[in-house]
Amino acid sequence: MAQARLARREHLTGWAFIAPALILLGLFMIYPIVWSLWMSFQVGKGMNLSFGGFANIERLTKDPVFLRALGNTFTFFIIQVPIMITLALLFAVALNDATLRFRGLFRTAIFLPCVASLIAYSTLFKSMFANDGVVNQALMALHVIGGPIAWFSDPFWAKVVVILAITWRWTGYNMVFYLAALQNIDRSIYEAARIDGVPAWARFRYLTIPMLKPVILFTTVISTIGTLQLFDEVYNFTAGTGGPSDSTLTLSLYIYNLTFKFMPSFGYSATVSWVIVVVVGILSLIQFLIARDRRSS
Amino acid sequence: MTDTPMTSAPARPVAATSILPGNPWALIRRGIVYLLLSFAAFVSVFPFFWMLVGTTNTSADIIKGKASFGGAFFDNATTFFTQVDVLRVFWNSGFIAIVGTVLTLAVSSLAGYGFEMFRSRVRERIFALLLLLLSIPFAAMMVPLFVMFAQAKLVNTYVAVILPTVASIFIIFYFRQATKAFPSELRDAAKIDGLKEWQIFLYVYMPVMRPTYAAATIIVFMANWNNYLWPLIVLQTEDNRTITLIVSALTSAYVPDYGMTLFATVLATLPTLIIFFLLQRRFVEGMLGAVK
Repeated sequence: MAQARLARREHLTGWAFIAPALILLGLFMIYPIVWSLWMSFQVGKGMNLSFGGFANIERLTKDPVFLRALGNTFTFFIIQVPIMITLALLFAVALNDATLRFRGLFRTAIFLPCVASLIAYSTLFKSMFANDGVVNQALMALHVIGGPIAWFSDPFWAKVVVILAITWRWTGYNMVFYLAALQNIDRSIYEAARIDGVPAWARFRYLTIPMLKPVILFTTVISTIGTLQLFDEVYNFTAGTGGPSDSTLTLSLYIYNLTFKFMPSFGYSATVSWVIVVVVGILSLIQFLIARDRRSS
Repeated sequence: MTDTPMTSAPARPVAATSILPGNPWALIRRGIVYLLLSFAAFVSVFPFFWMLVGTTNTSADIIKGKASFGGAFFDNATTFFTQVDVLRVFWNSGFIAIVGTVLTLAVSSLAGYGFEMFRSRVRERIFALLLLLLSIPFAAMMVPLFVMFAQAKLVNTYVAVILPTVASIFIIFYFRQATKAFPSELRDAAKIDGLKEWQIFLYVYMPVMRPTYAAATIIVFMANWNNYLWPLIVLQTEDNRTITLIVSALTSAYVPDYGMTLFATVLATLPTLIIFFLLQRRFVEGMLGAVK
């Protein structure tokens, strides 16, 4: 009897601890998500909305700007995430070596970009990549390029700057996750492999990578979500236009423009936002499946 | 990868003695590692140096790539101070970041503790649902969220900026993970001493979990201070803009005055830089979920 009462009190206390968070999440996350799902089936201008069935989805397929934004977002994702994850892994493994000098200094330096806000660093990059700016000057001095590159007015190079910028900002962040995971790995495994004469690259490939797989998966999923939500940098680089000629327009920027810049069409912008949700879902699933597949084989 | 030939080497061998003199490959490899790391460190730090140098140069010099200190610092500062109400802007940013951080830590650590300490099937399901929601991008809620706050006539208020960020699933998850390392004997002992659950949380859990709180503070404060998209949507008048919005507005000008803009960027970055250097160790400790 007394035990049952105790268990019930435990139960209620448990709810009390999570109640504030659940109420806030319900109000400012779950409710808006459900609402935007509902909105995505509605058509009309401003708040004069009416049910439109699949009209918005049809509009998606015929909207060249949307398709452009989708393509750009994919380009950023497919090129940037692997580069960043590879670099972060290499730096982490190099810095995990206890015999390396200046480890703390290197680690702090490579992590430092995380301290800059997205707006702050995109401002810095915008000024460094100016036509006569410091990057062009340095590349010309090193004879990498003959003449200055018009970074922000050329569709190709504008994308390159965005990819360079994101990689600069997030590599150290991911590296810290790998470093933490590496420090939890039992060193004796490496010692044993070394005694058996396993070369360094094989130790990396067959010991480090498999043991870091959960962390790699975690950071890949996080980076995927982050890249698909790309907004601050491209907004700041292009004063909100996603130019030149939509070459850096991302899905999030398009949603923002649809909602707050053009004639507001809340229904359609909600539809575009659900495209991101679906894409994130599919990509996360694929990444989980790949990780599981490799484990079983 | 180390190539220490002595397997019984002490825990922290000195680099110079750990490489056999007769092994040139190890030396070359080591040299390449240092070269790559130095290059990465240079690339990582240069933009910060560029930012500081930029505050002392004129806009014309900055876009011409002048990477040495100049004499325009006071001009840039004066231009910035006359164009922007700095006190107001810092009050906006500071209030939003500090109040937001305190509330987020309180609400999210309570929930993390609750989810880990009081397990039930329903709560586990809710937790799993929350983790699923973590992958839903902000874009999918910003339109209704804006309409909600517009209808509640809360646009252009601090409340509108802070409230949606307070219950952070990521921080709840973070605290739940860290709570797994919280020694249950401490809780049992406190219970035997007659402490109520909220007292245990306040007087035992919170002091013990200080490193976790410190790490979470860094994460949340930086996220709030640097938050851009939501404040951009919900703060539309000049006088409640945050420093991040100001920097963006200056950068987006048709012909940006980079001297002044980089000066503003320094001001925007300084608080997070200071926090990072003060609490750097805590950050890594907290990330590992260590309980000291």
